[in-house]
Amino acid sequence: MWDALSAALRLVLRLDGDVLAIAGLSLRVSLLAVACGTLVGVPLGALLAISRMPGRGVLVAVLNGLMGLPAVVVGLVVYLLLSRSGPLGAAGLLFTPTAMVIAQTILVTPLIAALTRQVVEDADRELGEQLRSMRLGRWRRARALAFDARFSLAVVLLAAFGRAVSEVGAVLVVGGNVAGHTRTMTTAISLETQKGDLPLALALGLVLIGIVLAVNAAASLLRHHAMRVYG
Amino acid sequence: MDVLRRRVLILAACAAALLAAPAAAEGDRSITVASTTSTEQSGLFGHLLPRFTARTGIAVKVVALGTGQALDVGRRGDADVVFVHDRAAEESFVREGFATGRQDVMYNDFVVIGPRDDPARARGADVLEALRRIAAARAPFVSRGDRSGTHGAELRSWAEAGLDLAAIRGEWYREIGQGMGPALNTASATNAYLLADRGTWLSFKNRGELAILVEGDRRLFNPYGVMLVNPARHPHVKARDGQAFVDWLVSPEGQGAVSEYRIGGEQLFFPSAGAAGRS
Amino acid sequence: MSPALPIRIEGVSLRADGRAVLDGLSASIGSAGITAVIGPNGAGKSVTLRVIDGLLVPDSGRVRFGSRPGAEIRRAFVFQKPGLIRSSVADNVALALAGARLGRAEMRDRVAEALRRVGLLSRARDAARKLSGGEQQRLALARAAVTEPDLLLLDEPTAHLDPAATEEIEALVLDLSRGGAKVILVSHNLGQVGRLAEDVLVLAAGRAVEHGPAARILAQPRSPEARAYLAGELPWMSCAAAS
Repeated sequence: MWDALSAALRLVLRLDGDVLAIAGLSLRVSLLAVACGTLVGVPLGALLAISRMPGRGVLVAVLNGLMGLPAVVVGLVVYLLLSRSGPLGAAGLLFTPTAMVIAQTILVTPLIAALTRQVVEDADRELGEQLRSMRLGRWRRARALAFDARFSLAVVLLAAFGRAVSEVGAVLVVGGNVAGHTRTMTTAISLETQKGDLPLALALGLVLIGIVLAVNAAASLLRHHAMRVYG
Repeated sequence: MDVLRRRVLILAACAAALLAAPAAAEGDRSITVASTTSTEQSGLFGHLLPRFTARTGIAVKVVALGTGQALDVGRRGDADVVFVHDRAAEESFVREGFATGRQDVMYNDFVVIGPRDDPARARGADVLEALRRIAAARAPFVSRGDRSGTHGAELRSWAEAGLDLAAIRGEWYREIGQGMGPALNTASATNAYLLADRGTWLSFKNRGELAILVEGDRRLFNPYGVMLVNPARHPHVKARDGQAFVDWLVSPEGQGAVSEYRIGGEQLFFPSAGAAGRS
Repeated sequence: MSPALPIRIEGVSLRADGRAVLDGLSASIGSAGITAVIGPNGAGKSVTLRVIDGLLVPDSGRVRFGSRPGAEIRRAFVFQKPGLIRSSVADNVALALAGARLGRAEMRDRVAEALRRVGLLSRARDAARKLSGGEQQRLALARAAVTEPDLLLLDEPTAHLDPAATEEIEALVLDLSRGGAKVILVSHNLGQVGRLAEDVLVLAAGRAVEHGPAARILAQPRSPEARAYLAGELPWMSCAAAS
């Protein structure tokens, strides 16, 4: 364990080029997936939160269930879709970072949508009547509520980022763990574990935990600052 | 309003990055090679590929899987070149028309690994006798169980030893369905026997009490073959650059690079291009 | 701002949670000035305001606005709690105009004018939720006024405010009313009703029990329910007294 800790420190202090590139790819893929998931999931969740249509309960239950989507299954489905022999094969996206972004977007979108639904529904309890009295359309109300709840939504997005960046099953299947191309922190950890280099695997794991903590710390600083300003 | 501006920013960032990712990938020449965990994890590719890329300007992306999965990736057209080690499966891959031909590149050998104190008394130079003793002692044995070349070799050896695995297998025979590394990790943690390729063993660090018990048996030779995926079957295959990789591997320069690769002074792979029927 | 009115509430009934909240409520409210709606808790005052606004749809009966269809009547609602989003003061007012398809410059001018009217122009860039309770309610009034409503519905807008803030709100309500908006005010503050309202509608148990000039009703209520309420009696005691 001490070996791993000192190895992790050395990796970071030396600014090991490979590790930096891998960490950078992990960050880029996960952040992109969260960004794309946000574009779809937040409006979807916010609209669902304020809609009163029949069948809404079923939709909410399905969405909550999809939060637990098994990553490997998502990976496999995306693999079959993107494979040259699959329906989207012509794009040639398999074993690219884009394929990993697609798989992770599918993973985090339901998570973002379901949690947004909950958060916006709470905001709606407080502000919904006010907004309806202002004769705002459904879309504008959803937008205003999501905006009002943005500090809670920031936590939702952090949870989605956490899921994406720590996930290994889907990125391994669709990315292929190609050295220097689609190798992420998690697939690298898995590879080093397989090679029996447990201290290095653990050191990489510590670096990954460091990244997650740093992103969370940065986000929570911003959030605290913004909450002080806006109440 | 704030809301709108923020949305537009996110949208723009997302679109830009998505566009940037494939563009970067298309910018240079590259091929995808489906290969095995043993070649990747032994570090051979880390040794070969920079030389090939320096010579030709073609980047190589290696997807490391079990031989069976690697062949599937080739069958689906998701790789340009397949570089694996299961002669029989490779030949049927060619017969089915997924590749136009197969060329010998190199061989390494399998070794029987087990606990240093060897409770089943398997140590020796005869793999078949070793397996018989392990089975007789019902000593813990880890099998890859993942349709890999190594798994195939293990299954052939049980059969050649005259043992019907279906009849004798029990709690002692542990099929893990994973790559060479996890199999070694499992064996190391449980002091079990297993069949491993020498390359992965040499670069494996978590050995615990394990040691090589059987080596040098000719039946344990493990030939690697390389095949260009048939462009007639999959038109998008980068035939020219893929063929360049195949040609380089069997060229004197490529063969020399293979024999140069060593771990701890020990040679892992032995060039065999042109030496037909080595297996 | 054209007078939108009179407002005719015709036999409106509404049930919620198995209870009749409004029970055949009928009333006719004049086209100008400030009308106060009073009555004990549970009489249906807030629900009546919501039905007039359209936030609640009655099970039977309807609300008519003279000869004009309801959709044409510009209505604005100020609730007991100001209901502000976590953004700047100006953003909160602008939100009320989000559906109005205005140009940037006109939007800015109208927001500024509404804020100036309630004395919050200098706070335009501050966070709305950081204002004091009185300022927040003034902001809510600015947000209502910026849409230039025909009809302004106020549901106990000063319930949580201290006397000074209450006075400011009352002055603003009078100002808006003089500007041409019809105001309907629900309040438990009888002093406020006396200061602001021209006429008073008394509700009890989901029905209108009395409607007349404010001065007369506050001084000499005729219906037993209004008398009981104004005397501060509890409704079940007055029922017992009646039987």
